[in-house]
This record gives sequence, C-alpha cells and structure tokens, in this order.
Amino acid sequence: MSDTNKQLRVSKIRDGTVIDHLAAGQALNVLAILGIDGSGGEGVSIGMNVPSDRLARKDIVKVEGRELSQSEVDVLSVISPEATINIVRDYEVVEKKRVERPEEVTGVVSCPNRNCITNADEPVVSRFEVLSDGLRCGYCGDIVREGEVAENLDVS
Amino acid sequence: MRQDHLISAAQLSRDDVEAVLDRAADIDADLEAWRQRRAGSVLGLCFFEPSTRTRMSFDTAMKRLGGRTVDMGPVDSTSVKKGESLADTVRVVEGYADAIVLRHPLEGAAKMAAEFVDVPVINAGDGAGQHPSQTLLDLYTIRENAGLDDLTVGVMGDLKYGRTVHSLAEMLTNFESRQHFISPESLRLPRSVRYDLHASGAQVREHTDLAEVLPELDVLYVTRIQRERFPDENEYRKVAGQYQIGPDDLDGAKDSLTVMHPLPRVDEIAPEVDETPHAKYFEQAHNAVPVRMALLDMLLEGDE
Ligand SMILES: [Zn+2]
Repeated sequence: MSDTNKQLRVSKIRDGTVIDHLAAGQALNVLAILGIDGSGGEGVSIGMNVPSDRLARKDIVKVEGRELSQSEVDVLSVISPEATINIVRDYEVVEKKRVERPEEVTGVVSCPNRNCITNADEPVVSRFEVLSDGLRCGYCGDIVREGEVAENLDVS
Repeated sequence: MRQDHLISAAQLSRDDVEAVLDRAADIDADLEAWRQRRAGSVLGLCFFEPSTRTRMSFDTAMKRLGGRTVDMGPVDSTSVKKGESLADTVRVVEGYADAIVLRHPLEGAAKMAAEFVDVPVINAGDGAGQHPSQTLLDLYTIRENAGLDDLTVGVMGDLKYGRTVHSLAEMLTNFESRQHFISPESLRLPRSVRYDLHASGAQVREHTDLAEVLPELDVLYVTRIQRERFPDENEYRKVAGQYQIGPDDLDGAKDSLTVMHPLPRVDEIAPEVDETPHAKYFEQAHNAVPVRMALLDMLLEGDE
C-alpha cells in the first residue's frame, strides 16, 4: 500500500495527532477515549480496516489541533498496544512515539463491577493495575479483559 | 506488621500472618496480662450493614485491651441515609478514634476509606470482596487443629459471593496447601480470585461434589448458600440441599478432619455434626476475640 493511496482515504492534517497502527475496529473506541463526538468542532479523519504491512488491517485516527494526555495514551496502549502516535506540526511529523504499557491507568475506564465503590457516589477516581491481558480495579479487584476495555470506557 | 491498614488478604505475607497468630496465642495464654495494653485507645466501629458477631467481637477485643469503642450505630439512623459519602463519614470518625473497623456493602469500600484517613482501617467485610480479619481467626483455628503446612483444605458453598472464602483462599497461598473448591456451577469462585490463585501458583481444583475429595481433606470450610442468589425458590432448594453436611456425609472423612464455618449457619451443617470431634466452628467463633485483640494491638503499635 503506497502513501499516496492512503491519502485518498485519510487526508493530511496541518497540526494535531495521528494515531496509527490501531488494531482494526478500534478507531471509534479511540474517539470515545478522547471524548470526541464531533460536537467540539475538531477536524477528525478516520480510516478503518486499512491494509497495513505491520498488521493485516489497521485503523487510523487523525485529530486536528489536539494532543493526547498521558492517561489517554495509557488507555490507548491497553486497547491497542501496537499503536503509534505522531505529533504533526505544519504538515510534518515532528514526533513519533510508540505507546508504552503503563503500570496503571486512572480515570477513563470505569469498573464493570456495579457493586464497586468507584461506581458509588464517592469522591474517588477509578484506578486500574495493568495486567498482561487486561486491567484490574485497584479498589474491588475485578478484572477487565483486554477485549472488554472498550465497552467500559468512561467517556462522560 | 508493616501495614497501616488491613484491607485484603493479599497484603499479608506468611510472616505477617504468623506474627498475628503468635500474638493471639500469647493473648489466649494470659488474657489478664493484656488488660491495660491499649488503655486510652478508641476504636471506631462503622458498620454500614448489620453484622452482630463481627461488631461484638471487635468491641470485646478492644475493651479487653483496656480501650474503648465508639459505634456509629445502625445505618438507618445515621447521616448515611441523608446521603453523606463514605469518604466524609470516615474522615469525621477519624477525629474520634485511633483506628476504624469498617463493614460496607460495596466492594473496595475499605480500600477507598483507607485513602482518606491516617488512622488504621480494618476491613470487616466489603460486599462480596474480602474479610481478612475473619481469615486470620480461621487460620488460627486451622493452625491449632491441623497445622498450617502440608494441608489439604476443602471450601464448600457460595464461593462467588463469600468474602470469607476469598480472603481464606488468598491467605492459604502463603502456606503449603492444596485447595479444593466445592460449589454449584453458578457459585464458583469469581475470576479475580481465580486469577490470583493461578498467579501465585497455588494448587487448586474445583468440584461440584464433595464426595470426590472428602477423604483427602484435613479441613472442610463450609459457607452458606443464600436464597437471594437464586431467581427461583425450587432452584435454590435443589442446589442448597446438595451442599449440606449431615453426620453420614462425613463417613468417608479422615478422623482428624476439622469442619469449620464462619457462622451464622442456617442448615448447612446439621446439629448432629456438633457432637462429633470434627466440629470446630464454635471454637473458631471464640477465637475471634484473641485474634482481633492481636490485630488491633499490632495496628495500634504502628501508631506510637
Ligand atoms: Zn472495581
């Protein structure tokens, strides 16, 4: 797949972030993690199931005028460990980084255990230990498998 | 103990457990010697769901150490019903007490509470989560009757919601033990507990029928299967009946088998079993006081 061909699907951005090599099917979850639903006015381009050398199929998300916070990157790494993050300024990639699996993620994911104290009306932020194949609630100990992270995103 | 709080079984090493049990044995041997040990200390009892025995045993333990207790009283008469957060409640009680015992219906409650206060917090049961002080007294009883090594333990009943079971399973991984879990399919151990057991390399097997493992067991720990766990009464009766122990059910067991139960029981263990040498559940209940005295004494020690 040549670069020119890719651009037909996903246009270049001037300033912002390109999240590349996402596992196929994760693009919409990434938007959810970033809290992007279109209402904020950011320019967003999405490529889904794009052929890739590294992964058979991948997703790409390009967000105009937006950089990612560490906790956003942390959760990204859990749902898509192969992802790369490119910071673009004036159409050039000025920084390129692979996500790293953190030891824990805070906020962003909510505990699937409805009986967990983090889901009650308490002044507490969810916190998960990152396991090799999922997340574990730092409060109730419940485990969220990798495939279940997306459905437990706290994107309110 | 190095810990400031007792939240879950996983935080205790074998040395920690043995230190508490040894101190409990010292206390048991000479109760009088410990009578003024914590004079002047105050223990806050915060029970957000009823538990007469746990509350009474902590109350007694503190008083036998010469300390006093303040009790927030039954939940429906407190500000909890007015919508006060747990975080606020424990911060208020922290101003009255040198340590807090917390029973709460939500999992992770004690963990969260401990983050808001500087005094030691003891988890006396958080929903279906953990009940580590119960486990310490269970282990004390097991040590007295069967020793803590080269042990084959069967745990039977509601393994999914039974917090005493979760704490016990995790604490037993500190010792050389083989664990057998006997329950209906729908009440198997939750995956977070199985994950920990697996990660610690514990020898664990699951069964639906006690007869499969009974002859091997040194200890049989029975818990109650609650009606509320089943959508329909008939289903409950069918299942619960299979996990009740009568005197005949112990025919194939070792003579030295120790039968335990965190109490209260309903009909999981027939009264005829009480007369057999296997029955240790009342002894287990009595151990609550010296073990909780030891625990309180050690947690308050870190305070000095
Ligand atoms: Zn949780």
